Amino acid sequence: MATTLETPATGVAADAKSGFLADWERFTAERPRHEPAALTTLRRRAIERFAALGFPSQRQEEWRFIDFAPLARLVFRRDEAEEFAPAEAEVAPHRIPGAVELVFANGRYLPQLSRVEGLPAGAAVTGLADLLARDPERTLPLLGRYASCERHPFVALATAFLADGAYVELPAGAVLAAPVHLIFLSRGDNDPERAPAGALVASFPRVLAVAGEASQLTLVETYAGDGAYLTAPVTELVAGPAAVVDHYKVQRDSPEAFHLATFQLQAERASAPSSHSLAFGGGLVRNDVNAVLAGEGVDCILNGLYVLEGRQLVDNHMRVEHAAPHCGSHELYKGVLDGHARAVFNGLIYVHPGAQKTDAKQSNRNLLLSRHAVANSNPQLEIFADDVKCTHGSTVGQLDDDAIFYLRSRGIGADAARSLLTYAFASDIVARIKVEAVRHDLEEFLFARLPKGEVVRQAV
Amino acid sequence: MLEIKNLHVAVNGQEILQGIDLAVGAGEVHAMMGPNGSGKSTLARVLAGQADYEITAGQVLFQGRDLLEMDPEERAREGLFMAFQYPVEIPGVSNTYFLKAALNAIRKHRGLQELDALEFLKLVRERMKLVQMEESLLNRPVNEGFSGGEKKRNEIFHMAVLEPTFAVLDETDSGLDIDALRIVADGVNTLRGPGRGFLVITHYQRLLNYVVPDRVHVLVDGRIVRSGGKELALELEEKGYAWLDGMAPEAPPKQTPEVVGA
Repeated sequence: MATTLETPATGVAADAKSGFLADWERFTAERPRHEPAALTTLRRRAIERFAALGFPSQRQEEWRFIDFAPLARLVFRRDEAEEFAPAEAEVAPHRIPGAVELVFANGRYLPQLSRVEGLPAGAAVTGLADLLARDPERTLPLLGRYASCERHPFVALATAFLADGAYVELPAGAVLAAPVHLIFLSRGDNDPERAPAGALVASFPRVLAVAGEASQLTLVETYAGDGAYLTAPVTELVAGPAAVVDHYKVQRDSPEAFHLATFQLQAERASAPSSHSLAFGGGLVRNDVNAVLAGEGVDCILNGLYVLEGRQLVDNHMRVEHAAPHCGSHELYKGVLDGHARAVFNGLIYVHPGAQKTDAKQSNRNLLLSRHAVANSNPQLEIFADDVKCTHGSTVGQLDDDAIFYLRSRGIGADAARSLLTYAFASDIVARIKVEAVRHDLEEFLFARLPKGEVVRQAV
Repeated sequence: MLEIKNLHVAVNGQEILQGIDLAVGAGEVHAMMGPNGSGKSTLARVLAGQADYEITAGQVLFQGRDLLEMDPEERAREGLFMAFQYPVEIPGVSNTYFLKAALNAIRKHRGLQELDALEFLKLVRERMKLVQMEESLLNRPVNEGFSGGEKKRNEIFHMAVLEPTFAVLDETDSGLDIDALRIVADGVNTLRGPGRGFLVITHYQRLLNYVVPDRVHVLVDGRIVRSGGKELALELEEKGYAWLDGMAPEAPPKQTPEVVGA
């Protein structure tokens, strides 16, 4: 179904970058009058940085495994006319029973489908646009403070188009047992080759979550959708002193989608933040996961599981910065690759000069199920303190033939044996997920994805 | 039940088994002894269906069917069991739950109803006693962190749960102390019966004191050079394998009429 669109005053855009630059002027002109000056300034700085940086090139070390040329030739538009208005039936499969839930369509907050109840006193779980209108001072000092748009083109782009998203805050000492669940649904066009009049939908969800001193928060982000679209979320999560924060990101975008995300974690003294990244969807996915351990005694866990097939590409780009002494960081990222899928893992551990007694562990393990799957794994250590423990390891391998034979010798068929071993490979990441609904969905996804999954279900 | 006829097997172009003839009837326990390098493990692995072996001549019939044509899982479902010499560790796969999948695959193949979790656990609790299996090893990943003795007992535990019609024990006694050996032997003896055959492959005679064989065969350089009753094992123990050096294979003993049916 054709949609009519205003074309920018300067005419039809020739490519993504010029399209975004032209669209930004319009976007800014249409901002509500009450938009705080500080936000406008931030967005202006961001678009200037995007204009200067442009789309990444493979000659840049940070981006060498992704060819952005095809994406850069596409034309994008925002869902200004609010075409995508999901019904409850589309949201329901993603819901977590008992959670505090905010629902978004192409980046736009939908209060009527959201459920916000049972918050402790002083806590906030609300749409960002609303909050910026009502009480900008609450968020402005923090927005963009941790995820810098200076050198990252997609943080710059997302910040330039910052309009809506989620704001989550727990005051000091608050314990919220129910998970806070942010559901980001996208709907795009199904034919990426359509003329500019049918350009691909782009959305820029923004999350700012602040866990106060000694608070406890579980935050789940779900990304899902249909058709071809671009989503470039930026999540800034602050774990206050002694806060316990468990973060989960479930990425189940459509196979035609582009997902270019930045997750920025700022961990204060004695906090215990964890983040679990589950990536199954998307055609081209880049996750920048940045953790800054800013105070002493932080214990940070970063887990990831990516299960890919077809021609999917997922690039997990980690940066863990030990900026204070006596902090621990533990990364375990595992990948299961089938078909012609490709996974990239880049793990930088940066230890500042004063960060003595750092304990940093990083492990990336890849299981290749097909001859054509490829995994690149690149650990990087930059250590400037002298009393530290840093270990890293990467493996890229296949299923163990001896183990397959053993299972078959007991009567389990070849396909089932391979699936059982594949499930076993992923099982420790699965076991670490404390939100039952998320863990259950992950198990079901694996049983459905693996051949003879029903046998696996019985055997685990 | 198991008939091996003129079996020749090569690995990497080198012939290891040079014409094995063997027939094990239902209810019989045959022992296969031999020095290192004689081809005992090759025989076991070929029977189990491991891929790296080239059958250059001969055939193996299991209950009248061509065994070498079957995939490993088909052999198991038809009733063949192998207790491995070096059981592999499988992290992440529960010792108990994978057995449930295996047993149900076998039962389904036989036209029997599959067991649900409760029924299966009841069966497991019963069979555990046969090998004095500790509860703690039930829920561990298969063989992970098991001692040598625990791994061998685990093999017999699998056998007790899967109830095969024919079991090949590949050096099940190696690495076991006397107590572990007795437990394993007791397990095997409890599972002996008229409907079940065993081929016990062993280097040492010791196990055969507890699992008393009906026939003993000696394998040297890929050929069976002697066959006899249980006394043959004792004679070997006394005289050593060197006693057989230079011995030509005996003419195969006159075959007793086949016991029909299993």
